Amino acid sequence: MTETKTSENRPSEPRNGVIGRPIDRIDGPLKVTGDATYAYENALDGTAYGYILGAAVAKGRIAEIDTAEAERAPAVLLVMTHRNAPAQPDFGPAVTPTVPEVFTRARPALNSERVRYYDEPVALVVAETFEAARAAAGLIKVRYDEAPGVYDLPGHKADAYAPKRTNAGFETDSVVGDFESAFAAAPVKIDATYRTPFEHHNPMEPHATLAAWSGNELTIHTSAQTLANFRAGVASTLRIPPERVRIVSPFIGGGFGSKLIAHADTILAALAAQFLQRPVKIALTRQQMFANAGHRAEMIQQVRLGADTDGRLTGIAHDVWSATSSFEEYCEQTAVFARSLYAAPDRVTRHRLVPLDINRGEWMRSPGEAPGMLAFECAMDELAERLGLDPIELRIRNEPAQDPERGVPFSTRNLVACMEEGARRFGWVRREPTPGRTREGRKLIGYGMAAAIRPNYIGAATARVAIDRDGRVTARLDMTDIGTGTYTILTQIAAESLGVPISSVKVELGDSRFPRTAGSGGSWGAASAGSALHNACNALKQRILEAAQSSEASPLRGANATEASFADSEVRVGQQSAGLADLIRRIAPAGFEAEGSVAPGATTESYKAYSQHSYGAHFAEVAVDCDTGEIRMRRMLAVMGAGRILNAKTARSQIIGGMTWGIGAALMEQTVLDPRYGHFVNHDLAEYHVPINGDVPEMEVVFLEEHDDKANPLGAKGLGELGVCGAGAAVANAIYNATGVRVREFPITLDKVLPALPVIAI
Amino acid sequence: MQSFTYERAASAEQAAAAVAARPDAKFISGGTNLLDLMKLEIERPAHLVDISRLPLDRIEETAEGGLRVGAQVRNSDLAADPRVRSRYPMLTQALLAGASGQIRNKASTSGNLLQRTRCPYFYDRNMPCNKREQGSGCAALQGFNRMHAVLGASEACIAVHSSDMAVAMSGLDARIETISPGGETRTIPIGDFHRLPEATPHVETVLGHGEMIAAVTLPSPPPGRQVYRKVRDRASYAFALVSVAAIVETSGDRIRSARIAMGGVAAKPWRATEAERTLAGAAASDGAFTDAAEAALAGAVGHGGNDFKIPLAKRTMRHTLAAAAESA
Ligand SMILES: Cc1cc2nc3c(=O)[nH]c(=O)nc-3n(C[C@H](O)[C@H](O)[C@H](O)COP(=O)(O)OP(=O)(O)OC[C@H]3O[C@@H](n4cnc5c(N)ncnc54)[C@H](O)[C@@H]3O)c2cc1C
Ligand code: SF4
Repeated sequence: MTETKTSENRPSEPRNGVIGRPIDRIDGPLKVTGDATYAYENALDGTAYGYILGAAVAKGRIAEIDTAEAERAPAVLLVMTHRNAPAQPDFGPAVTPTVPEVFTRARPALNSERVRYYDEPVALVVAETFEAARAAAGLIKVRYDEAPGVYDLPGHKADAYAPKRTNAGFETDSVVGDFESAFAAAPVKIDATYRTPFEHHNPMEPHATLAAWSGNELTIHTSAQTLANFRAGVASTLRIPPERVRIVSPFIGGGFGSKLIAHADTILAALAAQFLQRPVKIALTRQQMFANAGHRAEMIQQVRLGADTDGRLTGIAHDVWSATSSFEEYCEQTAVFARSLYAAPDRVTRHRLVPLDINRGEWMRSPGEAPGMLAFECAMDELAERLGLDPIELRIRNEPAQDPERGVPFSTRNLVACMEEGARRFGWVRREPTPGRTREGRKLIGYGMAAAIRPNYIGAATARVAIDRDGRVTARLDMTDIGTGTYTILTQIAAESLGVPISSVKVELGDSRFPRTAGSGGSWGAASAGSALHNACNALKQRILEAAQSSEASPLRGANATEASFADSEVRVGQQSAGLADLIRRIAPAGFEAEGSVAPGATTESYKAYSQHSYGAHFAEVAVDCDTGEIRMRRMLAVMGAGRILNAKTARSQIIGGMTWGIGAALMEQTVLDPRYGHFVNHDLAEYHVPINGDVPEMEVVFLEEHDDKANPLGAKGLGELGVCGAGAAVANAIYNATGVRVREFPITLDKVLPALPVIAI
Repeated sequence: MQSFTYERAASAEQAAAAVAARPDAKFISGGTNLLDLMKLEIERPAHLVDISRLPLDRIEETAEGGLRVGAQVRNSDLAADPRVRSRYPMLTQALLAGASGQIRNKASTSGNLLQRTRCPYFYDRNMPCNKREQGSGCAALQGFNRMHAVLGASEACIAVHSSDMAVAMSGLDARIETISPGGETRTIPIGDFHRLPEATPHVETVLGHGEMIAAVTLPSPPPGRQVYRKVRDRASYAFALVSVAAIVETSGDRIRSARIAMGGVAAKPWRATEAERTLAGAAASDGAFTDAAEAALAGAVGHGGNDFKIPLAKRTMRHTLAAAAESA
């Protein structure tokens, strides 16, 4: 169930347009009928198939590699190893000089005999079929000189270092006042250490590429979230100008941050295609994705909260130790949200890294907030209990008047309204404050809640929109739809702006030949691409009106365009009106075209003047089996304040998907790194658990009416990741409320609660 | 995956002979386990004999009042059979608690009995594993062994057999009928079918090479109420951490007889005969169920990551027995 609630204190948009309507996905029929072509499904004449062989050890060098048998195997065209791979730039330093270079740096493959992580590519076999390539890969014999590696975060916490910056360029540390003294003096304190495990994105569609050269032009069909980054990364690795690389990615079977940069499938397909002068297709297997397509790193988080006896926070400290890769740094901004969520005079947040001999961590849905709020929002729950306060009341008492970090006002912040509305709908009053007291049969029942916050980013984006003599609109941008509904909301934006039916609008995405955007990531996609398109449509309307006023053939010649509106496929100026298609046919039979852009958020005046975040409140009810400790969800509710909702249906889907991630993080997601061998032990979907349908309860999503005019011309804010933020903590807090067992090591599997569960008489 | 040749068997005898003729041949049934293992080159048969279309897909009444289940009866069909549902409800419960709907539609009765362990080190060819490569060592012993055995394991291997169906069949005293290359048949009680690892974990059953399972016979349903309880890390599509199949026959407040099998604890479905003995004739009480659970796990040994399975199995058994005795 989804609802948009009107709250009196918010300006509300006129709701007669198509923006906001819960229309079905434009690309839905293509996807369910199999007509949406995903990267690996593209067919080109003469395509050859690659299979990557990964390293059997996590650290060392290839002492000997014998490919003779593989080369002789049937249908094999090429066996590429570090001995014969085309020259590529060295990988370079662990930290790039600037943040954007993280995305554009060369990522060479098979360029050295060095092995830096388990399952790192050591050979590529290309053959006439996938099966032949895979079989031949099994015939390659590799002898390694193995070197001792480091694979254990807690054991090496003492070796941690402070990075120069975190992901997205945030400061590593923040210090306000004197936390230690404030904490020492605080009458009520929490000092709790939480652990969050390695996690993997596992989008449904594995990473896959079809690369084809035509002369010195390279076309890459792949599964990418941000085409400009892919293009730049491929170009730097191949040492060719980016203009010679075209990335095509119209349909993406999920990304979650794992498809922001090119991986070995892309680089090796491009190299092999050049070598063989044939198109080459490579996909990572599901097992290979665990080592080769990014992960969320394991972390240890210490949260210290000091409060006065009324529950006002006097000190906040959030310290994070995270695993990183020994050869490429990635520091998730785990404690950054804690700089703006609650007020307290003395605060400190710090990020420290422990290098392990593993592949780099990557952006995984809600980087920062996902693991950070899992810990922090549990600590708030612990504090509320110690104070004898309701967890919502504790948060209300610490609601800041302005951004505590930056000292600027909020653009919009409806956290309190979200919590209050949620409490009412969820029946929060029925929560028994003393844990372990509510039983139904042999199940212990608990309620939990947590706050949600996620920054609003805008990335630079341009869109081009054209209208033809029949009134058909085509919008083009190199934006992607990673399953979130981008095609649909962009169609709605263009349709509403130009006053034409949805059926007259065609949105074309996923081709690097189209104007550049920031792609999909960090929840910035809809607001960035949407604002660019909105501006492009305004420019197009301007162009049409100018011609309509001046053209001899125009029925609106001389009209005063300041009063113009586009609606119902007509242009209206004062009392006059003309059919849009008819007007264009008369004044510009070739149609019109225009571009519109938005600048990156951080550079704008509005961003400097206002703190811009989306907010929300999560509620969860769990049942814990007294006999087995099995934890199952009963219901969840999220109330969100995320600016203007562009499509109530796709927005809800984003939030329930995020809440499902919260269930996964709280209850089951964990990749185990074997400290002896450095490999991810449970590297398939039978052993790496994500929630399945049976784990997902009834979910309710409510959007508060909001229009954030400070954020962008649309009034929308990012929400693709908001659903994750805090969702897991709400589940964990519900488990505590049900059982009285506070598990600080995620995921909360039954073995961690079982010892503390009472044996209840039969 | 290595290349292989393939033939579709014309008859059971011919299938058995075809496999027996080549040491590198294997039967393929639903393929839901074998194909995954072949892709990873954990199984490397050079020849496959497809038995999935043999007419062994019937469920027939037996003279003794039981059912004879053909080796090719799909897990979904077996679970849905009205006779199974009414007379062997815990078999239906066990089947439906296993894998996913899609896999159950493909998986055969014989393939399910012969599915191989899900030990993650077994699944990774770069890791030491005595079951996959004799004498290479056991990576799970000192490693990530949350899913592993607490009963009947050895220094060589601590893997579990992960079938749910087989646990229910064990509690029902099922018998496995096989056919050999020469056409001879034999019947093996399910308790004797799977082998404990000892020093040879790669030998998992008493079947000879080329010996094919033709059917599984269920004796007439034993008296008492049947319950299958599977404990797992998510609501569905997860292997058992532990499972308990229990049939408890009561008379007034007393237990006349009990049959108990456990899953997720050993390299075979584990019949808890000690627990059954303690229950026979005892009062149907919390104390008796608790004692039975203690007896069942008396010899259990944890390996670190799976220590929790011992108390978990006890608690699960206590409650499952109570449910089967209808006192909970
Ligand atoms: C992701 C996943 C989750 C699963 N979860 C569960 C679960 O929760 N519970 C559970 O119980 N199972 C589970 N399974 C396992 C599933 O039940 C088995 O894969 C299935 O039962 C195997 O049957 P099959 O017919 O496909 O066997 P196949 O893969 O065809 O064969 C398996 C083995 O049996 C041999 N074989 C087959 N038939 C005969 C015969 N008649 N005579 C001699 N040898 C024979 C084959 O040679 C092969 O070695 C899961 C499987 C997967 C992939
Ligand atoms: S437990 Fe058995 S299957 Fe697993 S690694 Fe050890 S020997 Fe191999």
